[in-house]
Amino acid sequence: MKVLLSHLTKRFPNINKKIKTEVTAVSDFDIEIPDGKLIGLLGPSGCGKSTLLNLISGLEQPSEGKVFFGDEDVTELPPEKRGIGLVFQNYALYPHLTALQNIMFPLENLKGDSKMAKEDIKAKAIETAKLVQIEDYLDRKPSELSGGQQQRVAIARALVKTPNVLLLDEPLSNLDARLRLQTREEIKRIQQETGVTTIFVTHDQDEAMSISDYIVVMKAGVFQQMGKPQDVYDDPDKLFVAKFLGVPPVNVFKGRVQGGKLILGDDAVLNVSGLDDRDVYVGIRPEGYLVEEDGLLHCGLNAVEVQGRDTSIIATHPAADEKSFRAIVIAEYAPDPKADHVNLNIKPNKVYLFDTDTEERLRCELFR
Amino acid sequence: MLSKNNGKAWLYLLPALVLLVMFMVYPLIDVFIYSFEEGFNSASQVFFGYGSYNYSYVLHDPYFLQAVKNTFIIVIITVPLSTGFALLISLGLSSIKKLQEMFQTIFFLPYVTNTLAVGLVFMILFRKTAYTDGLVNLLIASFGGETVDFIQGPYWAKMFVMCFYTIWVVMPFKVLILTSALASVPQEYYNAAKIDGTSKWRTFTKITLPYISPMILYLVITGFIGAFKAYSDEVALFGTDLNGAGMNTIVGYVYDMLYGNSGGFPSYASAAAIILFAIVLTITVINLLVSGKENAGIN
Amino acid sequence: MKENKILKTLTYIMLSVWGLMVLFPFYWMILTSIKDYGAYNAERIPKFFTLSPTLENYVQAFTEVPLARYFANTVVFTLITTFIMVAVTVLAAFAFSRLNFKGKNLLFTGFLALMMIPNELVIITNFQTITGWGLRNTFAGLILPSITSVFYIYLLKENFEQIPDTLYSAAKVDGCTDFHYLTHVMIPICKPTIVTIIILKVIECWNSYVWPRLITDNSLYFLVSNGIQEIRENGFGRENIPAMMAAVVVISLPLIVLFLIFRKKIMEGVSRGGTKG
Repeated sequence: MKVLLSHLTKRFPNINKKIKTEVTAVSDFDIEIPDGKLIGLLGPSGCGKSTLLNLISGLEQPSEGKVFFGDEDVTELPPEKRGIGLVFQNYALYPHLTALQNIMFPLENLKGDSKMAKEDIKAKAIETAKLVQIEDYLDRKPSELSGGQQQRVAIARALVKTPNVLLLDEPLSNLDARLRLQTREEIKRIQQETGVTTIFVTHDQDEAMSISDYIVVMKAGVFQQMGKPQDVYDDPDKLFVAKFLGVPPVNVFKGRVQGGKLILGDDAVLNVSGLDDRDVYVGIRPEGYLVEEDGLLHCGLNAVEVQGRDTSIIATHPAADEKSFRAIVIAEYAPDPKADHVNLNIKPNKVYLFDTDTEERLRCELFR
Repeated sequence: MLSKNNGKAWLYLLPALVLLVMFMVYPLIDVFIYSFEEGFNSASQVFFGYGSYNYSYVLHDPYFLQAVKNTFIIVIITVPLSTGFALLISLGLSSIKKLQEMFQTIFFLPYVTNTLAVGLVFMILFRKTAYTDGLVNLLIASFGGETVDFIQGPYWAKMFVMCFYTIWVVMPFKVLILTSALASVPQEYYNAAKIDGTSKWRTFTKITLPYISPMILYLVITGFIGAFKAYSDEVALFGTDLNGAGMNTIVGYVYDMLYGNSGGFPSYASAAAIILFAIVLTITVINLLVSGKENAGIN
Repeated sequence: MKENKILKTLTYIMLSVWGLMVLFPFYWMILTSIKDYGAYNAERIPKFFTLSPTLENYVQAFTEVPLARYFANTVVFTLITTFIMVAVTVLAAFAFSRLNFKGKNLLFTGFLALMMIPNELVIITNFQTITGWGLRNTFAGLILPSITSVFYIYLLKENFEQIPDTLYSAAKVDGCTDFHYLTHVMIPICKPTIVTIIILKVIECWNSYVWPRLITDNSLYFLVSNGIQEIRENGFGRENIPAMMAAVVVISLPLIVLFLIFRKKIMEGVSRGGTKG
């Protein structure tokens, strides 16, 4: 089922009651999430991702705007009537119930026409448990399960009512690194098997990029960009998105466009067409550099870090936003570590220009 | 996240609220009014007017003064003794491993016994009748002492058995609290002290005692409050006619004024109860102030 | 190390002496209760054992005085009071911990203030109230003022609040009503605290003396505490110490048995929320 958020806004009263101003956690959010896809909702901690998830689930009521599931307006519906499954960051399993009882719990709450017979509930719960491959641990209490197993139980509990939409709040953050890799594949598999529209919240871009069909990037409650992970990475709309995605992060320079040239400090590094003379922020991906004798970007060299396949160059440049920046090149082109400067050329497709005020992307053609 | 349900919340609170208002809030106000109503008559429910006569009557009643004296003696003797003794027992308990659980179980027994019932055992152990001197007197005699009837004899003897029984009754709670307080002192402190070669006594006064002092303070305060409210232990030993035995307490005086052979005077009872409350409050505040100063000194 | 050994020996001696002092009254009470009436009264010097134990005193305790009645009254009183009190406490604690309503903080502060009010201060009016309602010598009169405890509401509310909020959200998503959440999630999770409250209340009920004494003068409604006092003062027509001790044993036994079964639980509960006095 597709999910449509229309001008969704959530304001909270300030925690400090003496201050009358409200805190806006989600501001005028307007997106359409296609049916049957896995969507990663990505943003730094405290940017309102969880609040947005709560608005979709119905645990919170929006201050303004509407939520649609399919064509139905569910804004006024309580969570249990929306047909959603929700997995919490700490799993929120009932500690006094076994894994099986936890999974059965939502079905036991059904009333009226949808009320199910005891054995049907159990059969359905076991079926769901098999889907998440937890069927061997059904008699255990949550405290007797590992983090990964608890996670599976939580997912099974969310799925047992065959929800229209599955919501996951930081599903991997409580797992150790090895388990995290394994579990994210698992989530992807379960999503594909069930075909349920799934939205998961994360602050970890790696997580979001690796399994999502689409990612939605947000910052301070405001929508930034939505698209396929690779598209968003390759073609960011905003400086924030460029900076937020990618490890190591994008290098930011203060530069200017002058007479069809992109100039960083005193170095004219690329040709530009389709843009008038102006100051710009320049974002360059770390992998966007070539070490060349006649390189146009003249940099100081701080250090060379060997990483096997790649080599990191820690370099300085007067126009760079930070004291030093990191360029990643293939090992065989690594510069002499004893040198005190290095010349770099820049791959045009790894460079993005942004407005210095709005930090919006400036579309233009770059070439060498 | 809390759900907002004004009506429902009040529904959940209703039973507790109704009961509390009826049996705590209203009586609390009422007791003050009672205490100022002069010449109240239980039977006809009428009174002459308002004034402080009830307080003056109570404060001049020899039975009340006797009760105050008895209560203060019980408090002053039993609170320090039981707390100190409980500390000693707890230290002993936490220093041993063998039989520790058995001793803990035994020491706790008085807590779960009906004090009225066990008081009778103390009575027959301590009393002296025409037929027998009783076990305790037998012991005294075997050490060459003079026998005495602790239940109907001289005042000091009755007070002795009173305090003895009170301590017997309050020990379990204190031992329990202090034992768990001692167990909560982190072992690292003791290990550090051992490495430094600190003597046992110094370890006790410089590490153990400061660490458990909040619990001791708690026990002293609750001990004071509890001892000031002494009553049923007295009944257990000396029967319901405590005035006659000269062993009444303030709480006993309140109940006797309210109901029983000398009862039917709720106004006097109220005045006495408020005087008791004032005493307890004052002592508690003094306790807190004194301990506050001491703590401030340490910090 | 010799010094340590002496200290250890002294410790054991001290603990044993106090242990004896605690146990001796119990021993004496059982011993006396199985001594023959005639034999007991003939002992000018009390004997520490008896060679001819008898259960006659127990028979007398149940036949000559209404001990069974006192006993049954106390069981009924304890069960009903504890049950209602737990229900009232759970509901109030739930409202304070999980529901949001106007004036909550103010009301809770008021509740906390009530914790400082000693029973002695309010019992006078309660006596008048219950008497005025004509509830003297009834179970209702005995029970009514004993079923609210601000302290237990406070204790349980604190415990309820330790349950993570996400569990409540999860239950909401699962279609759980507030009441269902209370009964199926909160109460099971907080079972230890509720058990503690029950234990403390049962002990309190079983030993309660002051209120029953004020409100009952008909021995049909006596509880064990004022029952034993009645036995002492007007008991067997003559002073029958062995029979009286038999009654004392019967009265003391239930709590002691309960204690020996739930020893850990009770001691834990008392150290968390109990006082005596």
